[in-house]
Amino acid sequence: MSEMNLVQAINAALRQEMRRNPDVVVLGEDVGKVGGVFRVTQGLWEEFGDERVIDTPLAEGGIIGTAIGMALYGLRPVPEIQFADFIYPAFDQIVSEAAKYRYRSGGEYPCPITIRTPVGGGIRGGHYHSQSPEALFIHTPGLKVVCPSNPYDAKGLLVSSIRDDDPVLFFEPKRVYRAVKMEVPDEEYTIPLGVAKIVRPGDHVTVIAWGAMLYEALASADEVAAEGISCEVIDLRTLWPVDIDTLVQSVQKTGRFVVVHEAPKSCGYGAELVSLLTEKCFLRLEAPPVRVTGWDTPFPYTLENEYLPLQHRIVPALRETARY
Amino acid sequence: MVQTSSIDTPRRPTPAPGQHDDDVVTVIGPDGQANPATDPRLGVEMERRLYTAMVRTRIVDQQLERLQRQGRIGFHIGSLGEEACILGSVAAFREQDWIFPCYREFGALLWRGMPLQRYVDNMYGNANDPVKGRQMPDHYTGRPYRFGSVSSPIGTQITQAVGFGWAARLRRDPIAVGVYFGDGATSSNDFHTGMNFAGVFRAPVVFLLRNNRWAISVPVERQSASRTLADKGIAYGVRAVRCDGNDALATYAVVREAVERAARGEGPTLVEMLTYRLGGHSTSDDPRAYRAQDEVEAWRRTDPLVRMRRRLEALGAWSEADEQRWRAEVEAELRACIETAERTPPPALSSMFDDVYAQRPWHLREQAESCERGPRARAHGHGGGH
Ligand SMILES: Cc1ncc(C[n+]2csc(CCOP(=O)(O)OP(=O)(O)O)c2C)c(N)n1
Ligand SMILES: [Mg+2]
Repeated sequence: MSEMNLVQAINAALRQEMRRNPDVVVLGEDVGKVGGVFRVTQGLWEEFGDERVIDTPLAEGGIIGTAIGMALYGLRPVPEIQFADFIYPAFDQIVSEAAKYRYRSGGEYPCPITIRTPVGGGIRGGHYHSQSPEALFIHTPGLKVVCPSNPYDAKGLLVSSIRDDDPVLFFEPKRVYRAVKMEVPDEEYTIPLGVAKIVRPGDHVTVIAWGAMLYEALASADEVAAEGISCEVIDLRTLWPVDIDTLVQSVQKTGRFVVVHEAPKSCGYGAELVSLLTEKCFLRLEAPPVRVTGWDTPFPYTLENEYLPLQHRIVPALRETARY
Repeated sequence: MVQTSSIDTPRRPTPAPGQHDDDVVTVIGPDGQANPATDPRLGVEMERRLYTAMVRTRIVDQQLERLQRQGRIGFHIGSLGEEACILGSVAAFREQDWIFPCYREFGALLWRGMPLQRYVDNMYGNANDPVKGRQMPDHYTGRPYRFGSVSSPIGTQITQAVGFGWAARLRRDPIAVGVYFGDGATSSNDFHTGMNFAGVFRAPVVFLLRNNRWAISVPVERQSASRTLADKGIAYGVRAVRCDGNDALATYAVVREAVERAARGEGPTLVEMLTYRLGGHSTSDDPRAYRAQDEVEAWRRTDPLVRMRRRLEALGAWSEADEQRWRAEVEAELRACIETAERTPPPALSSMFDDVYAQRPWHLREQAESCERGPRARAHGHGGGH
């Protein structure tokens, strides 16, 4: 066991998988000598050298396109996109290519790449260093989407993602990169993709969150607990394919639920979760489902805390849902 | 299994700082004398204007960096060492021409006429910020000065500048468009597409490539295996020239010629300005983690401000007293701007919902109302991007 933050846990997972499997390579902008702008790949270049920890030219389409080619050859590339906001030059390669390779080749060509990228606000990065684009990728059949909230999960989920035979988008909540520390086993372990975690059991309202917003959801659950509202807080961990059983069970118990995410509301992932749970738990619902999300504007700079769905906006939503 | 092999790419030899191949245009010699064959002959007044603008840029840069360290602003991305290529190039455009910026050219924005106060307001993201506090510091806009809007994603402005210039050509307006970007951006899709379109449609564009040798921690040798970045012009049928980007007069000379050609309908030019990023990539970066200090020190000895000052002194057009007076003037002006910016409130809450569309649709009216009626967040923090 070692105490680690999210950055260190992800680094440990990469190091472990690179030691274990010589086919694992890391490529991206600034991932080499400097170890990434958030230092997530620090020390890997020194240990594994320039051919496995690769600083690329500045072209995201090139990074993902070549990672796909490497995967087709048999490697296990783990490309990094420096900020999720800069993933769009690679969108074509991810959406048209990686996501469809297995299907379009009749199963002949799997495409096992794991695209790591930091997401979310809270670092005063304005719209180009703060966005949460998960819904775009969840909407694309063929991609798996993961977003850990803590170091233990991050290590276990990244290992599973790298070993998974399908393309995975691995979103890292940069707001809590260094804020959350916990004991993480030094030895190998995996956390299966597609399994959510009930982080706080409760009876009255189900709260669904992931990544950095999980902590806002938990703080909000604490705040309303004093008023006698008992929340069941679920950390999705894998956004897609989602752990529908855990969600349905919880909503069958509580009859009420709130989804929290940073991305804009309209067509955000919350919309899909509300639809799914309405379809599956319609007769059990006792209150309209509520989404606490970013507003439908680009992510602002100065007013970012007014934009984010933080505790001050979650708490009233919990109260209203509980008392509906 | 990855095999070890050696990859043989034809690289240009790395030049010593300040040393250039014959095709690189220079004007100011080590003694401060101008090379008569390349001297654009700007006259003393214009040369003083250029120099004083470079000094002002440097002073503002250094002060903003201090403010960031003190936690008074969230972020700054500076131009330390690149003042000659930024000011020398922007000065070569005429009033009717347009500039599409990258993010490191606030010196060009001020040259085009943006009041320093508005730029400092942008650094604070306050109610007077031209972008209404919506973007990070150094992401300004300056339409009244025929200056575009800064975006973070690398390279996107390049194709847009080509379209802008192309549109002017379709309307028979004899203007030129300058577009700034870095050596890293030459790897972006938009660089290649922009060059290609500009070549095919003879767009009146001057591609202002600030080759400062680094893209955050990645050296220029990792961006391209071609002999020079200017060589890329050949493949696209775009005229390309190289200049000493630490020589304001050389930069002016080559860009001016490119501007005139473009405006006359003679097509685009790629100008590779050879310079060096003396500071970190931004206030979020510590370059000691990836580059040798002697490399930086060697380039520091080619400081473009020292070079230009030597030139003015050789002409008898600048003295230590002038220097002191000018610095004091800029520092006082900047101090006043900072005080004003710090007294200015943040943008109004409801402004967050403006400008998403020309008019607010129902859903944004609803959301703005719910935001304004709802509880307020705690104070705003500081951070930064890259
Ligand atoms: C599409 C995209 N990818 C990555 C980044 C992150 N990033 C910001 S600046 C930069 C380096 C740019 O280098 P260069 O083009 O040489 O310009 P310089 O900063 O040296 O002026 C990178 C990788 C970005 N802003 N946009
Ligand atoms: Mg550069």
